[in-house]
Amino acid sequence: MVIVEVVISLLVLVGSFFLFVGSLGLAKLPDLMRRLHGPTKATTLGIGSMLIASMLYFWAVEGNPSIHELLITLFLFLTAPVTAQMIAKAHILRETRERKALPDTGRSVGWATLDPAEADERSEVTRTISTP
Amino acid sequence: MIDIACIIATATIAVASLLTLYRLTRGPGVLDRILALDTLVINTIGLIVVIGLWFRTTMYFETALLFAMVGFVTTVALCKYLLRGNIIE
Repeated sequence: MVIVEVVISLLVLVGSFFLFVGSLGLAKLPDLMRRLHGPTKATTLGIGSMLIASMLYFWAVEGNPSIHELLITLFLFLTAPVTAQMIAKAHILRETRERKALPDTGRSVGWATLDPAEADERSEVTRTISTP
Repeated sequence: MIDIACIIATATIAVASLLTLYRLTRGPGVLDRILALDTLVINTIGLIVVIGLWFRTTMYFETALLFAMVGFVTTVALCKYLLRGNIIE
């Protein structure tokens, strides 16, 4: 039982360390695209480690296993990439300097962020809906 | 032993939240502030999980789940507003 407690304490400490690293990266890095790395990677690792610790505690020490932690983990792991991609898209749209540095798409359609109407028109979904 | 680890973790998360608040107030662009709010929500979820472990109760997990959902929807709505000038088209 002591070993389980040591493992739980270590997992909690590792989780809080990674949360701290994520926030430190957010505060210290010089540029938004670099700032995106800290929170979206390290905080999911930190939260995941903390939820494993909590699951282990309620399963091994208290004796009633719960699946709430799995729900939170699943939800966070699904939503973290979506959030990062939305922030990066909005950043590319708002900054002219970033827009000029973008490479060509190599297709007839430009980047979806920059000409949304055209990209929407030619996308698979809109075409299948609009043509009977 | 778990209690001591929870106290240290709470202190670390408090410092992390202060760093996030620094970026929230100083951030040069509006997207930096959105990212800082998202990170603050994730820090809060970690804090809620640690407090639930500290008080030995499973009552707080619903709160953490609600925070995760509301934080995600907030970030996506703010980014969508900046992208298209509208949230629900």
